[in-house]
Amino acid sequence: MAADISGVITLKGTPPPEQFLPLDPLCVKLHGDKKPATRFWNTGKGNGLADVFVHIKSGLKPSDIPAPSKQPVVLDQSKCEYLPYVVGLQTGQTLEVRNSDPVLHNVHPTPVVDGNKEQNLAQLPMGPAVKFVFEKPEILLRIKCDIHPWMFAYVGVVEHPFFAVTDKNGAFTVKNVPPGEYVLEIFHRKGGKQEKKISVGADGIKAVDFKVEVPK
Amino acid sequence: MLTLCLIALGGLVTSREAGMAVPDWPRTYGHNMFLFPISLWKGNIFYEHTHRLLASLVGLLTVVLAVWVWRKDARAWLRWLAVAAVLMVITQGIFGGLRVTEKNPDLGIVHATLGQLFFLTMGSIALFLRRGWLAADAVQSAADTHWQLRLRRVYIVATVFVLLQLMLGATMRHQHAGIAVPDFPLAYGQLWPATDSASIANYNQIRDRIVDWRDPAPVTAFQINIHMIHRLMAGVILTAIAFAFWQTRKHTAGGHRLRTIAGTWLALICVQAVLGVFTVLKNKPVDIATLHVVVGALSLGCGTLLCLTTSRALHSTPTRAVGEETRGGFTIAGLPAIS
Repeated sequence: MAADISGVITLKGTPPPEQFLPLDPLCVKLHGDKKPATRFWNTGKGNGLADVFVHIKSGLKPSDIPAPSKQPVVLDQSKCEYLPYVVGLQTGQTLEVRNSDPVLHNVHPTPVVDGNKEQNLAQLPMGPAVKFVFEKPEILLRIKCDIHPWMFAYVGVVEHPFFAVTDKNGAFTVKNVPPGEYVLEIFHRKGGKQEKKISVGADGIKAVDFKVEVPK
Repeated sequence: MLTLCLIALGGLVTSREAGMAVPDWPRTYGHNMFLFPISLWKGNIFYEHTHRLLASLVGLLTVVLAVWVWRKDARAWLRWLAVAAVLMVITQGIFGGLRVTEKNPDLGIVHATLGQLFFLTMGSIALFLRRGWLAADAVQSAADTHWQLRLRRVYIVATVFVLLQLMLGATMRHQHAGIAVPDFPLAYGQLWPATDSASIANYNQIRDRIVDWRDPAPVTAFQINIHMIHRLMAGVILTAIAFAFWQTRKHTAGGHRLRTIAGTWLALICVQAVLGVFTVLKNKPVDIATLHVVVGALSLGCGTLLCLTTSRALHSTPTRAVGEETRGGFTIAGLPAIS
């Protein structure tokens, strides 16, 4: 028996304006007329806040935690940006980083938790994917490209698969959670952390919503 | 000059966070470094790769210099200094490579510091090879040894401070503490910011309101403390060099070389202070942050020049020339006599 935890995370307040990225000429060409900007406060319908990492912080029994999925989590480099900006990953699961760009990138995860290995791998234009596995939980682990210093992605690494990242409208669903009492934590890189105690029954719970405030 | 250019390029690499843009060493993306196709010198690869190439050229020229000194110069100590320069440049290259392959920012600090020491060594060798320096052996000094000793002491202390400050600066740059405190002259509105966890959390909230595409990681107490020590040390150095200039003025006549160098030193350190302030207030622009590194190297060079010049005078034979009167001033060997 398992249930889904769903909710919407909304932003309260007006965030500072985003900054245009200082792309080099090659990357500018890939974007055409569009000028990409930072993605610190991506909001959508109803001020829903995207790119918030949601996960069960505590309450899981070891027997509730399955082995990591064989399916990799995919991160793509497209037009000199990482897509998506934030992803979730279970410890031991593979993170597959692709390069859809006709330019050279280097993929450089920079963990700060002991046990997670820093690597720096070159990736040829539209070359084969590079793969990483992280052994320790880390929220959020930064991945960067040193050739294009504006390129960042963030990975929420946790010991279980009960996590989600909010979509463009701030909605999330943590799937197949066993019944129990938990602490659900959300983390936004600029908006910080929040947590709520939740109870998951056999039929699931309808909504756990959060409001993230722009720091004053 | 090339060594100074190399330091500037190294500063640019760190300012642009380009140090890891070429992930392998001694090869470059699997190519022989010298055959890496120019078509791939894109983005930050350009800065890191040209830094490596210029470093190779400086290394080669250092070997040429050492061979030349060994063959042409009779001074054994200078020969060994030239050999030491070769060993330094090789070690420096290895540290630079290991910083990349080991992904260890602490090695970057060692690399940056050794770079400054190498610049100091090359500058000293250039000075020792100058005709004026060589001719100084024959010059009889009517020296006021007391003042020379005193001045030399002041120069040495101030130069050691500058070197320590450069090491602190390297630590700041490689530990990303350059803009750990975003305001000046106060620091988060205080003279010395508190670094308890609640205060740090508050500072990070303030910093999160500054939109910066470089997306700096949250600041730590260590970064704030190292940043503040760098500021404090800057004040100490400014005072020490102003004092050195004042002492030099007091004991030398206008137009004296020591006075010119000490004046240049003070001017450089003032420029350096302004660059440091702008680095903070303008959120560490690449050009200003890099210039801050270069002026730091020049300040170290100036201090070293003063230390060596006074030492040279002290080690000349202090024989008073007929009719020479110091009247509280002194004569530096190899330099015009003063009163």
